[in-house]
Amino acid sequence: MRDLFQAAVVILLAAVPAGAQNQKLANAPAFPPYKAPRLAGHPDLNGIWQAFVTANWDLADHEAQAGPHPEIMGAYGAGPAGQSIIIEGAENGQIPYLPSALAKKKENFEKRATADVSSDETWHAAGDPEFKCYMPGVPRATYMPFPFRIVQGSGPYILIAYEFASTTRTIRMDSKEDAPTLSWMGWSRGHWERDTLVVDVTGFREETWFDRAGDYHSDELHVIERYTPASPYHMMYEATIEDPKVFSRPWKIGFPLYRRLERDMQLLEFKCVPFTEELLFGRFRKQQAP
Amino acid sequence: MTKFACSGFTAVGALAASLGLLAPQVAMAQTAETKKPAAAKTSANPTKPATFRTPWGDPDLQGVWNDATSTPLQRPGGVGSKDVLTDEEAAAFQDSLAYDLTRDRRDGSAAEDVNRAYNEHWMDSRRLKITADHRTSLIVDPPDGRIPPTVKISPERAKARAQRAAANARFNAGLPANYTDFSLPVRCIIRTDSPPYLPTIYNNDFQIYQSPGFVAIAPEMIHSARLIPTDGRPHINRNLHQWLGDSRGHWEGNTLVVETTNFRTDAGVIFMDADPATYKITERFTRVDAKTLNYEFTVEDPHTWTRPWTARIPWSRIDPEEQMYEYACHEDNYDLVHFLSGARAREKAGTIKPQAAAKTTADER
Repeated sequence: MRDLFQAAVVILLAAVPAGAQNQKLANAPAFPPYKAPRLAGHPDLNGIWQAFVTANWDLADHEAQAGPHPEIMGAYGAGPAGQSIIIEGAENGQIPYLPSALAKKKENFEKRATADVSSDETWHAAGDPEFKCYMPGVPRATYMPFPFRIVQGSGPYILIAYEFASTTRTIRMDSKEDAPTLSWMGWSRGHWERDTLVVDVTGFREETWFDRAGDYHSDELHVIERYTPASPYHMMYEATIEDPKVFSRPWKIGFPLYRRLERDMQLLEFKCVPFTEELLFGRFRKQQAP
Repeated sequence: MTKFACSGFTAVGALAASLGLLAPQVAMAQTAETKKPAAAKTSANPTKPATFRTPWGDPDLQGVWNDATSTPLQRPGGVGSKDVLTDEEAAAFQDSLAYDLTRDRRDGSAAEDVNRAYNEHWMDSRRLKITADHRTSLIVDPPDGRIPPTVKISPERAKARAQRAAANARFNAGLPANYTDFSLPVRCIIRTDSPPYLPTIYNNDFQIYQSPGFVAIAPEMIHSARLIPTDGRPHINRNLHQWLGDSRGHWEGNTLVVETTNFRTDAGVIFMDADPATYKITERFTRVDAKTLNYEFTVEDPHTWTRPWTARIPWSRIDPEEQMYEYACHEDNYDLVHFLSGARAREKAGTIKPQAAAKTTADER
């Protein structure tokens, strides 16, 4: 019986090289090949997942750093050090920006913790969208320090519900329809490649960023995500990022997503709009008599 | 710009006069089931609700649904006690409601005309039809189709309501003092995502997703999803409060029954300003056929109403070609700045007319 089981594993290994995908990740530990449980004929990705990387501060290598207002925020506002999650296409460890596009990243970083909504025309000109509680876009939503839930059933739609800003996004399976309009979370179309959920995302508004370091894109952003189950407790995530207006070539990020296992764990609300109202709108309030 | 411009429903005297005796009541399920099933791309038999099952055995509610209707929440006085209309009466009722809602008329001032054109642009055309079962109100209990009488509220709640009313009056007068003067929908904190779900002027779509032990309902506004466990787990602790509360579901036959608790206590969160301490809401979702789902909610609060009451709104499955798109709100909430900076400009110019906008309707829930 045991031999039979081992034989089955070997056959499985040959037939389903899902593990091969994982091993592309630099330094990813080698897990034995894994075949996820099935739901309606596909790998079952249901559950609450979370990344434990510090890429939301910076996708590339970064040292620990003070926050934008250390005189007020102290260590509360500081960012942790972290290693790059860029696994392909980097230039000297950095995102391959076109030379003409690099200045904007630096300016973004310098003004990351600012906001000025006094004019419709320049509403989004400065400041990290995260700072203002705007929807984070893709792939940033995946590696923010908040959990998200995948709801996968038998219909042609998969829901990803992110805790940050109660943002959601629908993945349209096997859809041929192009993005009908631009949106913050983009237009996601998915299909299965063996055990991997591949999601092609286009139709982004240009305002979202990749991280607090000011990394950004244009409305020509194209993201291809790959979600590959690697064990009952984790899956590998990869995203290929293309944007000919901003980058000289495609580049790729990758990291594991971990299943949250706490008993009765659920997404709680992080409706952050009220946390930003004074910042954004306080200057327009009625002035009190001195 | 005003995001909600819903006005109250008015009864039309001519219609009321034309109404005769009570018609036999037709339950919505029966009406819907006798309709010829449309060319739905489902393999299940559309005439038998029991066949709408997910592969793991739960009733199947998955899909994009729309709850728009012109049928008012409360039965208009003029229709009297009649709860269901004949086909002819229904046609007249529908025309009269549509007349009120479309604003496709030219009486009144030029300003009113422009206002109607604005509303016409945003109006969901499904909003111009009454429910398929020809009811005169969405409320099905009490039998008179009206919200039950209210009870005397505590001085604390009365004071809070007065403060909200004062804030709303400042907004309507074009003089909001601060962002806190706006309602939660205008502030993009909650819109139609907080239960109970009622039709509004636009964006009446809901997408339902299911997985084993979970139902997720994503109302079009605001890009959130209610994640409803149906696996029997307890509610989160009572000391955790949320804008959308905390929902738990279970299946009773073909019906998803959802109870929601743990609401925040901020003004405007609880439906019709009921008392968070005693308010209770139960929702029921029942798949009727390939194209129809019945949504029913019951609310009770002995500190607000003399008895519980129930409304039923049919949800129609929308064509697969029409998908639900992302609804951003806070991201481009120019209105808030316009309203506030406009108020500051009026104060500065000294052109304050507190009575000016008395007739304006705001979108207070």
